[in-house]
Amino acid sequence: MFTAQNYVRVQSLEEAWSLNQKKSNRILGGGCWLRLGRQRIGTLIDLSDLGLGTIRREGDTLLLGAMVTLRQLETSALLQECYGSFFPRMVESIVGVQFRNCATLGGSVAGRFGFSDLLTGLLAVDSQVCLVKGGVMPLARYLSLPPSRDVVAEIRLPASGWKASYQSFRNTHTDLPVLTCAVARKDGEAAFQVSVGARPARAVLLTDVTRETLACRLDQLSYGSNMRAGEAYRRHLAPVLAARAIEELEVKQG
Amino acid sequence: MTITVTLNGQKRTSEVAPDLTLYEYLRREGCFSVKCGCETSNCGLCTVHLDGKPVLSCSVLAVRADGRQVTTLEGLRPQAEELGGYLADEGAEQCGFCSPGFLMNVLAMEQELADPTEKEIQRYLAGNLCRCSGYQGQLRAVRRYLAARKEGRQ
Repeated sequence: MFTAQNYVRVQSLEEAWSLNQKKSNRILGGGCWLRLGRQRIGTLIDLSDLGLGTIRREGDTLLLGAMVTLRQLETSALLQECYGSFFPRMVESIVGVQFRNCATLGGSVAGRFGFSDLLTGLLAVDSQVCLVKGGVMPLARYLSLPPSRDVVAEIRLPASGWKASYQSFRNTHTDLPVLTCAVARKDGEAAFQVSVGARPARAVLLTDVTRETLACRLDQLSYGSNMRAGEAYRRHLAPVLAARAIEELEVKQG
Repeated sequence: MTITVTLNGQKRTSEVAPDLTLYEYLRREGCFSVKCGCETSNCGLCTVHLDGKPVLSCSVLAVRADGRQVTTLEGLRPQAEELGGYLADEGAEQCGFCSPGFLMNVLAMEQELADPTEKEIQRYLAGNLCRCSGYQGQLRAVRRYLAARKEGRQ
């Protein structure tokens, strides 16, 4: 468990950004991951009062606030209308309902966790990260940058024109994944976007993938070993999960 | 910091440290049904309702409960006794350590899902670990409890 000297419910994103420039300060997401560490934190920065807990649609864009919980992503009627079962599949195996009522979207994105189901899914549908100072950038670019002290305010993704499906493999239902895979395709296009995470490294995105190039492209990715599975097993699993995701996607697209 | 929490229907104002967890706060306030089982945000034993939603009190800070409603098993005694009776009838429990969190999550599920299927029940309760049993007794008990409640409503 961490220790903290102060707690501030900020009243603006600017205030959050300013406080977050100090190295010993931390933004408080859901607190689920933070509590596993032993950091000595100066000020905990809480974004709860900024209205970032909503999922909205503006024109052709879905706007997901940083404080939206994983459970909101799972149960949102708007997300289901736009993406079917994609979001529920992405988060339903993450620990339990109680955990998902705490853990936040912003915490999951800013944490850049290698095992993240959410990053894998969001990458596949061309999500963008909205930062307080860094502006709006593709999630893939955000994940390739070194950690910064900027503040994730919102995630944006297309509200229509895409179909996506999600697969993960776990040793037991609520464990961290052995491997994650999401496949998405723009309506009317032939090529897929495929993201693979928990390799066990951070999720990466492959664009312009066809059925013919799928196996080769997946094999070119790096895989590693940890307590959940070995490198060879993950390499074997990747095309299996991708094929299942594509099969599901084609059913969705008819 | 000063927080005011409506705990089991009663408003309470207390001084808390910024890093005090809701779980520690609740124990301090005398709610000893709330326990910490795993230390890794995983087991569901510390489940309480925050504004009606089940959360892991080990992962929520007490300062975040300021101005909100918190319900523990102590505040749901009649419901807990009724559900506990079904668990006992099915011989579902051995050591009973995981019970408070399990009861709290079943009661939350009852509020959230109308007439859940077997699969929906399993998914909703997947975050409550029990290391004595194979969950079958609990599932039988939950099904019988929900059926009886439904009959009572009709």
